[in-house]
Amino acid sequence: MDKLVEIRGLTVDFAQGGRSIRALHGIDLDVGAGEAVGLVGESGSGKSVTWLAALGLLPGTASIRGSVMLDGRQMVGAPRSMLETLRGRRVAMIFQDPSSSLNPVFRIGRQIGEALGLHRGLKGAAAEAEAKRLLDRVGIANGARRLRDYPHELSGGMNQRVMIAMALAGEPDLLIADEPTTALDATVQAQILALLQEIRHESGMAIVLISHDLGVVAENVDRVCVMYAGRLVEEAASDTLFDRPRHPYTRGLLAALPALDGPRTRLVSIPGSVPEPWNLPKGCAFAPRCGEADEACHGSQPPLVPVNAAERVLCFRTRYFPDAPASQPQPVPALQDAAFREAVL
Amino acid sequence: MTAPLLEARSLTRHFVVRQGSWPASHKALLRAVDGVSLSVGKGRTLGLVGESGCGKSTTGRLLLGLLDPTAGEVLFEGQPLAKAGSADWRRQRQLMQMVYQDPLGALDRRLKVAEQIGEALEIHHPEFSRSIHRDRVAAAIEAVGLQAHHADRYPHELSGGQRQRVVLARALILQPRLLVCDEPISALDVSIQAQVVNLLLDLQHSFGLTYVFISHDLKVVRQISHDVAVMYLGRIVEYGGAESLFHAPQHPYTQALLAAIPSVQQRGIARPTPLQGDPPDPAAPPSGCAFRTRCPRAVQICAEAMPALRETGGGRKVACHFVEPDAAAGLAAA
Repeated sequence: MDKLVEIRGLTVDFAQGGRSIRALHGIDLDVGAGEAVGLVGESGSGKSVTWLAALGLLPGTASIRGSVMLDGRQMVGAPRSMLETLRGRRVAMIFQDPSSSLNPVFRIGRQIGEALGLHRGLKGAAAEAEAKRLLDRVGIANGARRLRDYPHELSGGMNQRVMIAMALAGEPDLLIADEPTTALDATVQAQILALLQEIRHESGMAIVLISHDLGVVAENVDRVCVMYAGRLVEEAASDTLFDRPRHPYTRGLLAALPALDGPRTRLVSIPGSVPEPWNLPKGCAFAPRCGEADEACHGSQPPLVPVNAAERVLCFRTRYFPDAPASQPQPVPALQDAAFREAVL
Repeated sequence: MTAPLLEARSLTRHFVVRQGSWPASHKALLRAVDGVSLSVGKGRTLGLVGESGCGKSTTGRLLLGLLDPTAGEVLFEGQPLAKAGSADWRRQRQLMQMVYQDPLGALDRRLKVAEQIGEALEIHHPEFSRSIHRDRVAAAIEAVGLQAHHADRYPHELSGGQRQRVVLARALILQPRLLVCDEPISALDVSIQAQVVNLLLDLQHSFGLTYVFISHDLKVVRQISHDVAVMYLGRIVEYGGAESLFHAPQHPYTQALLAAIPSVQQRGIARPTPLQGDPPDPAAPPSGCAFRTRCPRAVQICAEAMPALRETGGGRKVACHFVEPDAAAGLAAA
């Protein structure tokens, strides 16, 4: 597969109150043309910062080092004029809360028209016709009338469709979807995810899906990267990662999810909480919460190493997790009240 | 059977809202909650699920008397909710507490954890000596799994999961019997959600608490609830035991809601086409069944008559013209 984006050793430091806080500790990540990559992690893990840094969207307080190559062109430190020819045109981004990404005082049509003018040089009737086509493409009926609506006149799901239409306006090769359905209801989330899949299959556009919801990622991407405390801790094909997670953090996240069917069992939670970026432990950032950690884990930082051609894991103890299926908690029947209590307590 | 701890009878709350943009705006009646009846037994958990705008949070506020109903009534331990401000009301308030979604918003940033937790005790039990007060606060801190040294911290010094534990400790200090939890774990990270879910189950077990658990996260609701009520546009459309309802949903809306949840276990399995459109505007609901505009099975009768919530056997209730009521259950009820 052709590499579309190649990120190497990407670090981000934020200057805050006279000190420098490292939010990203050297990310290596590729996205192939037409590929769907999922980025999962909890808040503060650096999944959004990675792409904001790559696209030069972080504020001036951030200092970015490393390399982000898009089609062989260096994005880090690139002049604004060059970034502006890439952003929106080659790489588009949509965010969690569509209502705050849209401008409340302009009609939908004008906002999509602006993107069409900037990226494709379309104006007037041509822009309006294309805007109508885009609204139709993202499943908004009655496009001609909707173009004259303001964002507050549309529902959250409709606004996210408008955002996707604007992202498609530049016919990008890569769409970064940063928690695109987190603010939406379950049934609307399913609609938007189905729409993104459909567009990807039709246009061959690559998608990076950033989400904290493992279920959303599991069903919609080919490859998954798990992030923790500013580092990539595990990368594998979607099926491999969810069937045979290797990193103790990934295994912990999966065990912490309640099931939708079958017997109810007590959830296995990960103890403690994510460390603050200015207060990281000396060794592996996950070591204080990890049941497998030994002295080496507390003493030094493990590297992200390939396990085989398709999997990379950042863990000293990986060799203790061979290719065995993930251990599932033993199901306990929970039909009766007493049994339910026994099962979950 | 003993009387339920909490009972709601035909609970209704309407709001007058302005619709449309100036100058063509007009008043409309928004039926946020429209005839909700439910009961929760002591020590049990009722899960209240539905999408935004379905009235689940308004129902939670009505149950606690934080909002006056337009019609219908709430009974707590067999007694109607007392008039706000009365002595009975103060006594009742101690026994029913609310846990909110955003712990940082629910806490006072200028108060230390111990002051925060002890405040309610000062108000309701000014007669307690300093040492009793201190012991009660320490016990509450311990009960929710916080360390003693957290007592001197401010909310911003704690993590999200710890803050939600403080909110729980504050709710528990008056030894309540009922907790209404409104999206208590939605703002927390995945690895912390499991901790709080387990904590809620442990607290229920140790103190015999009764929960009304409001959430849009069906997986968590299934994990924590004995019974579940699914709401759509201000009404309960399906009710039943958590395991049986999730295993075999009967209302087309519940079926669609469950099918819409992306899941790690079920990836790769073909899903039915997601529901089209958005929930209708609660200020202008469709005639007949509110779900008919999005329902794949809707026919003429769905537009003409609103289906009643009827027993379908096994303690289940469904409001749908297509679901056959259970004849035996109907006779028993009559």
